[in-house]
Amino acid sequence: MGFINLFRKHNTFSHGIHPLEHKESTAGLKIRRLPFAPRMVVPLLQHRGAPAVALVKPGQEVVRGEPIAEPGGFVSVPMHAPVTGRVKAVGELVPTAEGPKTPAIVIDTYEASTQQVLFDSPRDPARLTPEQLVEAVRETGMVGLGGAAFPSHVKLLPPKGKKIDLVVINGCECEPYLTCDHRVMLEQTGKMLAGIRMVMRALGAERAIIGVEDNKLDAVERIRAELPADLDIRCEAVETKYPQGAEKLLITSLTGREVPSGGIPADIGIAVYNVGTMAQLGDLVPRGRGLIERVVTVSGHGVRHPGNYLVPIGTPLRFLLEQVEADVGACEVVLGGPMMGMSTASLDVAITKGVSGVVVFEHREQDGLDRPVFPCIKCSACLDACPLHLNPSMLGQLAGVRDYARMEQEYHLNDCFECGSCSYVCPSNIPLTQYFRIAKAVNRETRETA
Amino acid sequence: MKKVISVGQIMRNVVYALLPLCAWAVYQFGISALALILVTTLSCALTERFFCWMSGRPTTLSDFSVIITGLLLALTLPPGFPLWMGAVAGFIAVGLGKSLFGGIGYNVMNPALVGRAFVQAAFPVAITTWTPAFAPGRFVEFIPSTLALPFMSPVDTADWVKSHAVDGFTGATPLALQKFERITVDSSDLLFGMVAGSAGETAALLIFLCGAYLALRRMMDWRIPAAVFTGVVLVALPFHLYQPEAFPSPLFMLLSGGLMLGAMFMASDMVGSPLTARGVWLYGLLIGSLTVLIRLFGGLTEGVMYAILVANALTPLIDSITQPRVYGTGGGKEARS
Repeated sequence: MGFINLFRKHNTFSHGIHPLEHKESTAGLKIRRLPFAPRMVVPLLQHRGAPAVALVKPGQEVVRGEPIAEPGGFVSVPMHAPVTGRVKAVGELVPTAEGPKTPAIVIDTYEASTQQVLFDSPRDPARLTPEQLVEAVRETGMVGLGGAAFPSHVKLLPPKGKKIDLVVINGCECEPYLTCDHRVMLEQTGKMLAGIRMVMRALGAERAIIGVEDNKLDAVERIRAELPADLDIRCEAVETKYPQGAEKLLITSLTGREVPSGGIPADIGIAVYNVGTMAQLGDLVPRGRGLIERVVTVSGHGVRHPGNYLVPIGTPLRFLLEQVEADVGACEVVLGGPMMGMSTASLDVAITKGVSGVVVFEHREQDGLDRPVFPCIKCSACLDACPLHLNPSMLGQLAGVRDYARMEQEYHLNDCFECGSCSYVCPSNIPLTQYFRIAKAVNRETRETA
Repeated sequence: MKKVISVGQIMRNVVYALLPLCAWAVYQFGISALALILVTTLSCALTERFFCWMSGRPTTLSDFSVIITGLLLALTLPPGFPLWMGAVAGFIAVGLGKSLFGGIGYNVMNPALVGRAFVQAAFPVAITTWTPAFAPGRFVEFIPSTLALPFMSPVDTADWVKSHAVDGFTGATPLALQKFERITVDSSDLLFGMVAGSAGETAALLIFLCGAYLALRRMMDWRIPAAVFTGVVLVALPFHLYQPEAFPSPLFMLLSGGLMLGAMFMASDMVGSPLTARGVWLYGLLIGSLTVLIRLFGGLTEGVMYAILVANALTPLIDSITQPRVYGTGGGKEARS
């Protein structure tokens, strides 16, 4: 074993890419609070799973932190009022970055209100049973803040027969531009470790490893200095490489193990959480509060005041861009990171629980994108980039002839998590990741109609 | 997000890597080589333009891939090859080898070699008529066969060769000398291109360096030439050890004929070669071993061209048996914990 590890480059996965990081402009900036927008839009579906069900009526007054929607199923979370104000509409269809319009609760902010959170029920997490902890997490409305927005409590209840013995904490932040997790690790180290303690107890896991890319060694140092003595928690630096923060790959980097194709980390006894999620849990659970704000990195050359902002969930993107004095002409706004994020078609979308960044591009930052598309020249750059060792070249050619079924059956289309590495390196400028998204959607539809 | 390289950049760099070879060919064989290079390149470019126009697609000259085909084609032909035949070769190379398959990225085989294979069959005499390197007056007069008129009886170069012959020139390539007369040319002459042969295939060292430039810039997979060389050595060495006087040494095999040019610039063509590292090794070994077998036991003195064409044709098959091992699908890693 030790012999094999000699040849394994330590703490990394194979393949992947090295895009320019662009993190300098915000990495050193402390988290600042963004003002409250005069009108908040809280979509009922801003997570994976079933939409939440509204608890409030139009005209009703709500207090900041008050639950305004309850979970619509097991894989669903409650919503809390991000501001003190009056409900203007319930179920109004609002645009989302993903595309389809979704019902939302619209709240008009009381501008004169103090906006203090009065709505809480403090408790000591150390006295809660694991079951009570899971329920407490569910009540916070917490989802994965790294971008996937998967309800956190669901991962605390692994499928029957699966025992989680290792918790992996994801502090990679491999997306270019984004620095919110970096700041959280530096500024909220204690809360984050408190969150990890809770999750380990809820899962009955003995060990936890915090994986941080080695471009954030200051965070590694800070975390190591504060690690509790009574728990088996380690903090490891991993290679700075995209997409190191993809959970399957981080698991491989830290443990050398692979999550089975089509499986989830729980299949090999591992649960993965983002550092921001842990910090919020560490803060919210002891106070009995809900998730009403998150740290968002606002960056890109189109922004006058880039930074890491504490943004109330439901803040309209347009308001946020005004606050940072973004140049809204002739540019592109991406929600999330530039590699996996969504380029938004409307500035009226709201900042939701899963939005880790807002990147405003001017055209000169995207020189490569308007180049003409050539046929595939089989250069194999995409095969050397794909972190899952798929064959994007072949998948792309099959997509070209719309043989979507074969892509799935023979070339593992469904393993692709759309990290965008293949499109990034393609010298022919083929939008491979887009093709794969379409192929998956078509296959899904075919299955549903069959 | 800025991207690293584009197709245009790759192709342009291949052209840069080929230019020193062209310059050397002209220095070695004079204006006949220059004319041949210009004619094949022009013919290839015009053919591409013509087929783009025919199929109503935007013209694809700007990606430079057709220039590579033109240059490579000239470099694989004898320096005194009649220009009109060069034009035919260029038309076949791009028309049959590339455009009819759908243009860049869709060709199954290396277009330049398709063109050369055609003229090898169509003009067997012209393509085996060799002229000496460094002939006096090569910069002021054409080799007589260069200006041969289309469909006329072939121009006899024997007298011209006799009058211009450098010491001991027999009009045969090192491979032919070895095969038929058991004369082995010195390796150093092969390295520096002091021998007869196709316009751009003689200076093994220069070709190697130009190919290395591409490999270092990551615009060519170094594994392909490495695998070809390995294949050559693996097959040639046992024969040489068994009967040194009948079978030439692996070093001679590596440096003679079109092997270096083929391995560095034609086998390594991205479009016709497999995708995975394993596939590429298989492909290269196949080319190397086939080349030696054709040279030793075939009727021809040279085997690189057919070896590469056969391997090109087998590439889809190689690809299908060398798919990458997808993450999380076994291979023993899950068991490790």
